[in-house]
Amino acid sequence: MSSTDQQPTRPAPPAGLRALVERRTSRDLAGRLFSATATGAGALILVTLAAVAVFLVVRAWPAMTTPAEELADAISWIPEGTTLLGYVGPLVFGTLLAAVLALALAVPVATGIALFISHYAPRRLASPLGYVVDLLAAIPSVIYGLWGGLWLAPRLLPAWQWLADNLGFIPLFREPASTPPRVIMTVGVVLAVMILPIITAVAREVFLQTPRLHEEAALALGATRWEMVRMAVIPFGRSGLISAAMLGLGRALGETMAVFMILSPGFTYSFELLQAGQHQTIAANIANQFAEANPLGVSALIATGLALFVITLAVNTAARWVVARRKDFSGAN
Amino acid sequence: MTTTSTQPRTARRPTTRDLLTRADPRRRWTDRIMHVVITSAFLVALVPLVSVIWTVVSNGVVRMSPYFLSVSMRGVYGGIDAGGIYHAILGTLLITGLATLISVPVGLMTAIYLVEYGRGPLARAVTFFVDVMTGIPSIVAGLFAYSLFALFLGPGVRLGAVGSVALSVLMIPVVVRSSEEMLRLVPNELREASYALGVPKWLTIIKVVLRTSVAGIITGVMLSVARVIGETAPLLIVAGVIDSINTNLFEGRMMTLPVYVFRQYSQGLVPCSPEAVECVATINYDRAWGAALALIVIVMLLNLVARLIARYFAPKTGH
Repeated sequence: MSSTDQQPTRPAPPAGLRALVERRTSRDLAGRLFSATATGAGALILVTLAAVAVFLVVRAWPAMTTPAEELADAISWIPEGTTLLGYVGPLVFGTLLAAVLALALAVPVATGIALFISHYAPRRLASPLGYVVDLLAAIPSVIYGLWGGLWLAPRLLPAWQWLADNLGFIPLFREPASTPPRVIMTVGVVLAVMILPIITAVAREVFLQTPRLHEEAALALGATRWEMVRMAVIPFGRSGLISAAMLGLGRALGETMAVFMILSPGFTYSFELLQAGQHQTIAANIANQFAEANPLGVSALIATGLALFVITLAVNTAARWVVARRKDFSGAN
Repeated sequence: MTTTSTQPRTARRPTTRDLLTRADPRRRWTDRIMHVVITSAFLVALVPLVSVIWTVVSNGVVRMSPYFLSVSMRGVYGGIDAGGIYHAILGTLLITGLATLISVPVGLMTAIYLVEYGRGPLARAVTFFVDVMTGIPSIVAGLFAYSLFALFLGPGVRLGAVGSVALSVLMIPVVVRSSEEMLRLVPNELREASYALGVPKWLTIIKVVLRTSVAGIITGVMLSVARVIGETAPLLIVAGVIDSINTNLFEGRMMTLPVYVFRQYSQGLVPCSPEAVECVATINYDRAWGAALALIVIVMLLNLVARLIARYFAPKTGH
């Protein structure tokens, strides 16, 4: 060991102790090595995340710097006279529309489930029921796509036709409903199912943290169970619920296969939820075009992926920030 | 008769107890309606779960057979009643296996760093960005892996190993989160007892902390494998589509189960001429359901075994 070089400056210890000291220093080396490896692994996470951003920018750069006419010439699926920004725009719109639709459908149901598990179901059943909801998260997205495309879509058609017939005067549900229903509304329903478990899981945790005393105080004042939930549980869990919804939003924004397998794509800014061929999401568009794209096309697709990355990063960061802030508050309690 | 004289009095003026225990009708009805609404929200969530599992199982068993599991799609065309998922299962196991090999050491060491060493701004940043990383869309992970490898191997790269890298990006944060939680469960007394015996910190971590939490860590790893094994989008764009068996992660395209499901689904119905007896019009959908069943069985088995390990080998928390 190199550390023995330093030994002569100190008084020489007895042989047994000396061996011990030597073993200690070699252990220290192992310890330093171990802690360096651990720190390195932690730093690797940051490096990876930075690398994701850097590589996407580098690969997207050619498409971002090519003039619009050249881009439209080189890439068959970008129409004449459309800039890259003009191409990304409808995709971002479609992505947001699908995700917001899913969120609008999922949040009320997820809140209900979380309340049921935390405050209505018998205590003993709470964790098995939570596990049942978690099973929804275990099902791969491609299976949701298969199920949504072959089983659910035909069964939703009557509902969409009913909506179009009776509420067709609202621009959202303009008639006639497309057949087969490869429309963004169907996608919204499937995405809602897929993000239910994550919203439920976070909301459940938050609701379970409601201080026992708040609940009991509400009940002691004569509140019914619902009033107790409304006055004690929901105000306490509101910020948690918001961050849960945002986490769900992040998941819905990046979902690829379910959208790709159900939606009939189109590139417009249209709010007509029951019309096919109007919307497309960034992720599904990448999956659709990537295999046949030429190098510049790949670059353009990576540019759209970069937009998706930035959007989800912003949503997730905001959600985590709300959670973290909340944690600080509850720690003070 | 004396009782009748007191009855009207209580009816007119309810006792304090009545006031406290019985809400007025409107509040009582709101309470009951909300009870029904909340319970039905839970039942609504069961509908897709049951229907997904039911449709996959009932449609999947039609094609499920030893033959289906043991042949590839090589030379299978049109509506002929042949072809299987052997190559896809192999690809899924290899790609996910390599992803696990990459993710577990990195994820576990990061968790150790966060629990045992992490202080100051770096640890805070890692914690925060691990959370952010969980939210990376899978397709972006695929694009990242593609960009990384395209830099060295030129554009148009399609390899099983690229898929593994993409899956690792998705898997590492999950491994970190679950391992971190497990390491935090290890009581500090165990660490202190070990230090008191003169055991250095790194050896304490390996021999005491990791050994105590190994069951929980294995559970977390299995759950994270179950999560990424069904990923489709990144593999579709970086590992590609192929009909024959490929066992080399570093050479050529590789089929995986989820991509197989998608591929069969997107091929749709086969146009069969009426005189063709051998032709099955729905063969592609049948294969898709069959592969979906295989996939869901793998995922559910991983989940089940993971939960069982967690239940039976969990460290006893000192209460």
